[in-house]
Amino acid sequence: MEVVFLIFILVLSIFLGFELISKVPATLHTPLMSGANAISGITLAGAFVSAGAADSQMATLLGTAAVTFATINVVGGYLVTDRMLSMFKSRSATGR
Amino acid sequence: MNIELLANLSYIVAAVLFIFGLKMLGHPGTARRGNLLSSIGMFIAVVAGLTAEGIVSFEYIIGGVILGSIIGALAARLVAMTSMPEMVALFNGSGGTASLLVGWGTLYGGDIATFTAVTVLLAILIGGITFTGSLIAYAKLSETINSAALVFTGQRIVNSLILVALLASCVMFVNDPAPDSVWLYSVLALALVLGIMAVIPIGGADMPVVISLLNSYSGIAACAAGFAINNNILIVAGSLVGASGIILTNIMCKAMNRSLANVLFSGFGAVKQGKAIEGEVKPITVEDAYYILEAASNVCFVPGYGMAVAQAQHVVKELGEILERNGAEVSYAIHPVAGRMPGHMNVLLAEADVPYEQLVEMDDINPRIQNVDVAIVIGANDVVNPSARSDPDSPIYGMPIINVDQARTVFVLKRSMASGFSGVDNPLFFGENTRMLFGDAKESISKVVAEFG
Repeated sequence: MEVVFLIFILVLSIFLGFELISKVPATLHTPLMSGANAISGITLAGAFVSAGAADSQMATLLGTAAVTFATINVVGGYLVTDRMLSMFKSRSATGR
Repeated sequence: MNIELLANLSYIVAAVLFIFGLKMLGHPGTARRGNLLSSIGMFIAVVAGLTAEGIVSFEYIIGGVILGSIIGALAARLVAMTSMPEMVALFNGSGGTASLLVGWGTLYGGDIATFTAVTVLLAILIGGITFTGSLIAYAKLSETINSAALVFTGQRIVNSLILVALLASCVMFVNDPAPDSVWLYSVLALALVLGIMAVIPIGGADMPVVISLLNSYSGIAACAAGFAINNNILIVAGSLVGASGIILTNIMCKAMNRSLANVLFSGFGAVKQGKAIEGEVKPITVEDAYYILEAASNVCFVPGYGMAVAQAQHVVKELGEILERNGAEVSYAIHPVAGRMPGHMNVLLAEADVPYEQLVEMDDINPRIQNVDVAIVIGANDVVNPSARSDPDSPIYGMPIINVDQARTVFVLKRSMASGFSGVDNPLFFGENTRMLFGDAKESISKVVAEFG
């Protein structure tokens, strides 16, 4: 039953994702992509278990590497998206 | 138990913030706040993730987070805007790798149910493809390796063999799942090879499709990892990213009038065909270009990858401002697949302080292109190639283009007469109303700006 619940969540989220994103103007395609990419670093929330469980050395190693990669993804993704978006200015903001 | 409940409630809050964040990313005015909102959601989800049962030692977690934060922050601060496609490719790859590792690590947690084994394999497979695929995309984008499509005889047979071996290894592993199973290593290795094989036959001009697709994969990999460890937020966030990547991929494919299968498997650009074009090009001097621009009342810039290469966005904006002060209406027409990633040109022009109201999409400019006095094509080629409309033999036939050939005058800034990225000849260069301004784009425009001075 648990599996069915998870699949239920999956299907609804996919539909939601399609609805949310289908009307993004071309101007914002890059920030959207890198912003979404930062969200995919959510794996971080799951990586802690392997890294901190101390089940075996190998699991700790894999988990720590996963934490590192996911953090790169999250921190880098959000910062670079913010940096890009800070450059998008309207006509009034550029003072013309 | 209470802590687990609290963690799950936090995941709901995080999911809501992701959804609002993505929604707000859809409008230029709210995009920055949307990104902030989404990052707050991420922070909440990560903190909740730390409370998970079974975490006994934190030193490795803290070490990993610190190391990752330093690398990520440095990369995000130091990267040049022109290298943004490479950066996004690498971030995609790192997300995929993380999901692969989480899936793999799950196997060490005790008994492995069949369902877990299958989802772990999916996380490893998709994560692995994302990892090496992104590395190859990075190498092609940074021209570390030849960015042209690489096609060799027997490629399909090799790929089919890899797929068969992969499938067999998966079946063998699910039959007897163990963390040190030789079949697991086989799946891992084959997934990494498959990622390489998937991207090498795709040419540089098709990179916008590849990057959006890899972006989608990184989400789907997170989703698979979520199934492997029974974590809702990974599934929700992963599928949101997966869906957004698929939508972008679809937009890119439509903008090239090609199916995804055609982009992925055809090795486009490796074969040259289409009519050879004969005619005479009409070069123009900087001085003459100045006179024409001085008299123009409607000017439209059409940038392409060449503008990124020449780093010409700042001088382009300078010229645009001068023309505006001179009384001309100035716009920047951007094709959806101009450059190497979705929205590449928009980012560069935004960096140069061009207000986003001046950036117009292909469908907006084409109906009024006849009113444009001068269309200035900077480093764009295929996206303004009229054979996409007129020559059924052309490989890009049917691709929607910006119809600059219908403007009153077209300036094409070009280094030399070499054919464009896809290796397709461009009749635009021989057009009656086309004038070629040869030389480095940045230099040429600077000279025109100097004439105005």
